[in-house]
Amino acid sequence: MTPAHPLENRVVLAGFEEKNSWTLKVFEEKLGGYVAAKKAAKMSADEIINVVKEAGLRGLGGAGFPAGVKWSFIPKNPVKPVYLVVNADEGEPGTFKDRQILEHLPHRLIDGMICAASAVNAKTAYIYIRGELRLARLRMEAAVEEAYKAGYLGKNIFGSGRDLDITVHPGAGAYICGEETGLIESLEGDRGQPRLKPPFPAISGVFGGPTVVNNVETLAHVPGILIKGAKWFLELGAGTDRTSGTKLICVSGDVQRPGFYEIPVGMKLSSLLNDICGGPLPGRSFKACYPGGSSAPLLRADEFDVPMDFDSLAKAGTMMGSGAVIVMDDRRSIPEMAMRTARFYAHESCGQCVPCREGTRWLASILKRLCRGEGAMSDIDKLLDACDNMKGRTICVLADACAMPVESMLKKFRSEFEAIAKPDDQVEVTIPKVSGQMAALMESVRARQMTK
Amino acid sequence: MAYAFSEKLEKKFQWLLTRYPQSDAVLLPLLHEVQDEAGYLTPDAFDYVGSRLNLSPARVKEVASFYSMFRLNKKGKFVLQVCHNLSCYLAGADDIVKALEDKLGIKSGETTSDEIFTIERVECLASCSTAPVMQVNVWDYHEALTPEAALKIVDELRSGKLAMPSFDDRVAAGGEA
Ligand SMILES: Cc1cc2nc3c(=O)[nH]c(=O)nc-3n(C[C@H](O)[C@H](O)[C@H](O)COP(=O)(O)O)c2cc1C
Ligand code: SF4
Ligand code: FES
Repeated sequence: MTPAHPLENRVVLAGFEEKNSWTLKVFEEKLGGYVAAKKAAKMSADEIINVVKEAGLRGLGGAGFPAGVKWSFIPKNPVKPVYLVVNADEGEPGTFKDRQILEHLPHRLIDGMICAASAVNAKTAYIYIRGELRLARLRMEAAVEEAYKAGYLGKNIFGSGRDLDITVHPGAGAYICGEETGLIESLEGDRGQPRLKPPFPAISGVFGGPTVVNNVETLAHVPGILIKGAKWFLELGAGTDRTSGTKLICVSGDVQRPGFYEIPVGMKLSSLLNDICGGPLPGRSFKACYPGGSSAPLLRADEFDVPMDFDSLAKAGTMMGSGAVIVMDDRRSIPEMAMRTARFYAHESCGQCVPCREGTRWLASILKRLCRGEGAMSDIDKLLDACDNMKGRTICVLADACAMPVESMLKKFRSEFEAIAKPDDQVEVTIPKVSGQMAALMESVRARQMTK
Repeated sequence: MAYAFSEKLEKKFQWLLTRYPQSDAVLLPLLHEVQDEAGYLTPDAFDYVGSRLNLSPARVKEVASFYSMFRLNKKGKFVLQVCHNLSCYLAGADDIVKALEDKLGIKSGETTSDEIFTIERVECLASCSTAPVMQVNVWDYHEALTPEAALKIVDELRSGKLAMPSFDDRVAAGGEA
C-alpha cells in the first residue's frame, strides 16, 4: 500500500499499510489496539462525552454535526434500551473512505464503538454496511468475532460493568438508506424510507429506543481523542481555532494522482489538488470540482483557494459533505455532469415526497433533452425554478442534495447550457413551469405523514 | 411450498433471530442468504420467508423490491455491473458498457440467451479513484478498466479461467493474508 504523502497525517488510517492490519493481533501489538476501550472502562459517560465535545469532533458522514453534542441528547434514564448504529452505507458518488477503515482497520471502529456505547449507555450496536461492499462486511464480521473471543465484547467488558453486543447488518443497495432515518427503517426490516422528524433518533430511533447514528470515520476518531486528548485533536487541524482533527478525502476524476488521503482539516483545496494529487493531467487545466461528494455545489477552478473545513466551505456556498472531491478538467461538459447528477438522484429518490420524486425526474429529463441538443433556451430558467421548488420542502434532504449541485452548475456555467440550447421557437414541446403546483402537492403529502 | 432453508441457513436464521429485539429486522440479512443459495428470490421463497417471520408474502416482496441488490428474476450466471456514476463516467464507463453490449449482443439490463451474462449499469461502487469499475456478482471488483480489459474478463469468465470465489472462500478474507 502506498505510504502517506508528506502533507498527509494518518490518524484514523494510522497503521493502514501494516501487513494484516485487520487482525486483532496486529491491531493490539502494533497499533495501540483497545487501549482507548480500556481507558473508557474507567471513565464516566459524561467524561467521555466531554472530551469528545472539547475536541470538536464533527460528524464525518456529511452533515458535520458535533459528535459529543449528539451523544449528550440521549436521555440519561431512558425507558427503552439505547442503540448505537454505525452508518457504513457509504454510497455518496465519489466517496470510498469508510471502506478503507472497514476493510483495513475494523478493530479501530470497534474500539471507537465501545467508547461511544459507553458514553450513551448503549448495550446493543449495529454496523449497517452497504450490501455491495462484501469484503468490508466479511472483514468487519471477522473482527467482531475476534473481539468477542478475546472478551472485548459481550458482558462486563474490560471490567467496566458495561455490556456491549455488536452485529454487522448488510444493506441491499439503496443510497437513501445512508440517510439516518432511512437507515433505521431499513435496519428494522422495512423499505428504507426516511421518517419525518421530529422525533429525532436520539429520542426515538431504531426499535423505538433512543439511538445514536454515527458515521464510520467519526467513530474511528474516538480512540485517538480518548487517549491523546482534546487538545491534541484540536491541534491536528491546519487552520483557525474552529478546525480540528484530520479528514479522509477521496479524490477522483481528472487529476494526476486520484486516491484517498487523510489531511489536516483546513488544508487548502488547491494544495490538496496540486501538491498531493499532482495537479491536472498533462496539457489540461482544472475547470471545476464537487468538493464534498455529488451533493455539494460545484466550485470553479478560480475558487479552489479555499480551506477544506466545514465552515469555510459553507461560507464558499458549498459543503465538506462526505469529503469526496470529484475533479473535472477543461475537456468536460458541465451540462453532461448535471444530467448525470440528476439522473442518480432520480434513481435513488424513495418516492415519498412529490418535490423530490417529480423534481429529480424533471431535472433529469430536461437535462437529458438539453444534452441531446433538443432543449429550449427557456429550459434553463425552468430548471432553476424546479431546483428552487425542491429545496427545503421534503422529508429528508435528498431533494436538496440533487437541487444544490445542479443549481450551482446552472448558475456558474450558464453559458455552457445556453450554448447547447435552441431558441424556444425551434423546439417542438415547451415544458410547463413547475412552481406552485409542486408546493401544493407537497403540503398534502406532509399532512398525510403527520397524521400517520 | 417448494422452497425451504438448507440446514446451514436454518442455523444462520436461528442465530440472526437472537441478534435483534424484533424478528422483522432479520429480513434483509436473511434475504441475502436466501439469494446467495438460490440465485434469485422466487415467489416460493417469499412465501416461505413470510411464513417463518409471520409476514405476508406480499409484504416480504414489497420490502425486497425496494432494494436493487435483490433479484426478483433469474439473471445470468455472471452479472456484469458497470458503474456509470460521475467518476466512472469521467474515466470512460460508457465505452466499457458499449464494448460489453456489442460483444454480447445485448443491451444493459438484459441477459444473454444462454443465461451466462447479464449487463447492468449501477451507481457508485465506492472505488472511484480507480475508475472505471465493474463488479462481477457482488464479488470481484475490476478496476481502472479499459474496453479491452473488460472484454478479456468476459472471455475468461466464459472459459472458466476466472472462477467466481464462493462465499466460504472469501470468509478467509477475515484471516491473515
Ligand atoms: C441522502 C442521504 C444519504 C446519506 N448517506 C450517508 C452515508 O452513506 N454514510 C453516512 O455516514 N452518512 C450519510 N448521510 C448522513 C446521515 O444522515 C447522518 O447524518 C450521519 O450518518 C450521521 O453520522 P455523523 O454525525 O457521524 O456524520 C446521508 C444523508 C442523506 C440525506
Ligand atoms: S426527499 Fe426524496 S428521498 Fe427523501 S424522503 Fe422525500 S422522496 Fe424520499
Ligand atoms: S463513481 Fe464509479 S465507483 Fe464511484
